[in-house]
Amino acid sequence: MMPMNMPQLPESLPTDGQPLNLSRRRFMGASLGALVLGVLLPGKVVRAVQSVASETKPGARIPAFLEIRPDGTALLRSPFVEGGQGIYTAFAQIVGEELDIAPERFSVECAPPGADYLLVNGARFTGGSFSVRSSYEVMRRLGASARHMLLQAAAAKLEVPLDSLATQPGIVVHEASGRTLGHGELAALAAELSPPEQVPLREKKDFRWIGKPVPRLDARDKSTGKVTYNIDLEVDGMLLAAVQHAPRMGGEPEAIANEAEVRAMPGVHSIHRLPGAVAVVAQRWWQARRAVESLKISWKEAAPGTPHAMPADFSSAGMRAALAAAPGPGIAAEEIGDAARALKQASRVIEATYDAPYLAHGQLEPPSAIARWNADGTLELWLPNQAPELFQQAAAKAAGIAPEQIILHSSPLGGFFGRHFLYGTANPFPQAIQLAKAVGRPVKLIWSREEEFLRDALRPMGLARFRAGIDENGLPQALYAEAVGESPTERWFGRQPDKANKSAVEGIARKPYAIPNRRVAQVYLEHPPTIGYWRSVGHSMNDFFYESFLDEVADAGQQDPYALRLRLLADKPRHKALLQAVAELSGGWKRGPFTAGDGSQRARGVAMASPFGIRQRGRHHRRGVHRGRFGGGSRCLGGLRPRQHRQPRHRRGPGEVRRGARAFVHPA
Amino acid sequence: MELTINGKKRQVDAAPDTPLLWVIREELGLTGTKYGCGAAQCGACTVLADGRPIRSCVMPVSSVANQAITTIEGIEEDPVGRRVVEAWVEHQVPQCGYCQSGQVLTATALLKQSARPGEAEIAAAMVNLCRCGTYNAIADAMQQLAKG
Ligand code: FES
Ligand code: FES
Repeated sequence: MMPMNMPQLPESLPTDGQPLNLSRRRFMGASLGALVLGVLLPGKVVRAVQSVASETKPGARIPAFLEIRPDGTALLRSPFVEGGQGIYTAFAQIVGEELDIAPERFSVECAPPGADYLLVNGARFTGGSFSVRSSYEVMRRLGASARHMLLQAAAAKLEVPLDSLATQPGIVVHEASGRTLGHGELAALAAELSPPEQVPLREKKDFRWIGKPVPRLDARDKSTGKVTYNIDLEVDGMLLAAVQHAPRMGGEPEAIANEAEVRAMPGVHSIHRLPGAVAVVAQRWWQARRAVESLKISWKEAAPGTPHAMPADFSSAGMRAALAAAPGPGIAAEEIGDAARALKQASRVIEATYDAPYLAHGQLEPPSAIARWNADGTLELWLPNQAPELFQQAAAKAAGIAPEQIILHSSPLGGFFGRHFLYGTANPFPQAIQLAKAVGRPVKLIWSREEEFLRDALRPMGLARFRAGIDENGLPQALYAEAVGESPTERWFGRQPDKANKSAVEGIARKPYAIPNRRVAQVYLEHPPTIGYWRSVGHSMNDFFYESFLDEVADAGQQDPYALRLRLLADKPRHKALLQAVAELSGGWKRGPFTAGDGSQRARGVAMASPFGIRQRGRHHRRGVHRGRFGGGSRCLGGLRPRQHRQPRHRRGPGEVRRGARAFVHPA
Repeated sequence: MELTINGKKRQVDAAPDTPLLWVIREELGLTGTKYGCGAAQCGACTVLADGRPIRSCVMPVSSVANQAITTIEGIEEDPVGRRVVEAWVEHQVPQCGYCQSGQVLTATALLKQSARPGEAEIAAAMVNLCRCGTYNAIADAMQQLAKG
């Protein structure tokens, strides 16, 4: 007998003869006998929600999002997935504020695929710092509408006019008589009403939870190991699978020297050849992994013309050289004035090349996928993802069935940082689908950390060439920049050959500094490895390149880097005010090195970035003392190792802090 | 083979060289202990063996047969563990949470060994990786806990 991962699950839950998604234990446990807004039977919730071909506009159909239970707690189906950014708590704050239910009374889970949840310009993904921004209004309205329905239900029940009623957290109050009714008592009645056309929203001054610090809903569960990630899920009768990929992308398994031997290893069920990989299916994952790693596989080289086959002689060093050698001038993303002429006229020209390495996402939860073919022809999948509908579509394609036949479950993510978008061979689910079909049982596939690092979609290696023309007053008059390479958007959504791609140049183009002559361009060069979106995408390296180069410009012109920035922001009052506020809040600008109050030697740097419309500026402190691992600011730009050419005088920026030293960003 | 997990004796049927992590997760169904790297690098798989933190992903199950194992599921049965959890909640430490079982157990082990650890002692013990970067929050929680 396989042990149950969740022994606390009541055994009497209705299962429709199907094993349960155990990650939903809390929801299902609490929903037993619950009268909810719209959806009744826990075992059917997912399919009910998924099967409604919603004619209404996204965000309008309350039951798709909200259930209020008899005990006054609420379940919210979030259009966005939680992965550490706190979105579940944010929506509990937002919806709770309008609905008048305290955030801590919510449990939140990621909504299944469905038209109701397409709140990001008619689509849905969790990323781009966009979740609250895209859905704030809609989710408030949803909460307010549900509250209005509770009030209507209470008015009917108490036989009093609606405007004689008010709400307090969790209850409707009839002040005149002192009578109260819990939201939970009213939910069933409210569910029969239709949502109001218009509903007033709460005044900002009356907010109790929006914009206020609220404890995260999941902090305790995450501190006690109770949160269930995809890798922790179990479905009845499942087998476990591990894979070994071709060492180089494009390779295919040819022969296995010891197949019979490995098949006889403990727990092994079967061995499978997959595109570009070999899998072992076993009773336990550890057995599968041990077996798959014991396989002696010879790999066929990629057939000529295989798309994105990894060349045998590929190396990061070679790629860096290729990026550096790729000739300009590329395609302009920003052109102001005449940078070429201004460079010629400058009293001094400085130049530098920066680069950043390929980077894996390194989310701590290795990727996994569970696939189960159901008797009714549907395929049920549990997989980490940042875009349920896109994965549903892709899975349908991989399985050769219609998207409506895919039932998709999205658990909280053990970190994501852009890892869980659709990246072809970087997603394990097609393998899980194939394996489940082959063995006729549910299969959970886990990629080992090693396989994850081998097949993750990497942040592309970045390289940018800068030239600046400085006048006799030490001020920059020209900036000429070329970002070389390919962006993930070009890889996954198609390249427009006559256009510079936005994410390739973001963080270099359209900076707010008033340098009168500018040309920022992309020089396109394809990356052999699989590339993907990595936290803040182009900004994660480009802003560092640009801001570091601006420091070099300041240095060459004998300007203070903070004063120069202020000067270049003279006609950008908001940016300027923000920069000044940052300086003020950190005790005044001090370049350093200087001796701090605690006797340590310090220096400060300054940089600013505006990824996805969010203004971030910080002063980066560095201390010469070792503080172990502590003090690593989560907003510092990490993982970059710029190389300097022709510019020996270079100050170390926040991203290239040596091991043991720390970069801080003091949030303004 | 018999194991003592969170104060209870459990019979398990696994090859003696199976890493403790996979026995805990797959045989006993206790999934609070996490797999991160499988190479003793990240600390996500940390459990306590007779009170000492060990990286269970590289620890053969046979080597801990005679030791009392504590996993995150047993943390609140321990008074020090309870204090650590409270501090973690108070300081709102977890982000994605995936590393936090290991962090909480590592902190508990330190405080059981040294009730009022100094900054250097804390830094030396709290070396588990957190990809979300909760290090500052962990440092704050530890500072409070170290006051006793
Ligand atoms: S999983 Fe054991 S140290 Fe990373
Ligand atoms: S909280 Fe995400 S890895 Fe630590």
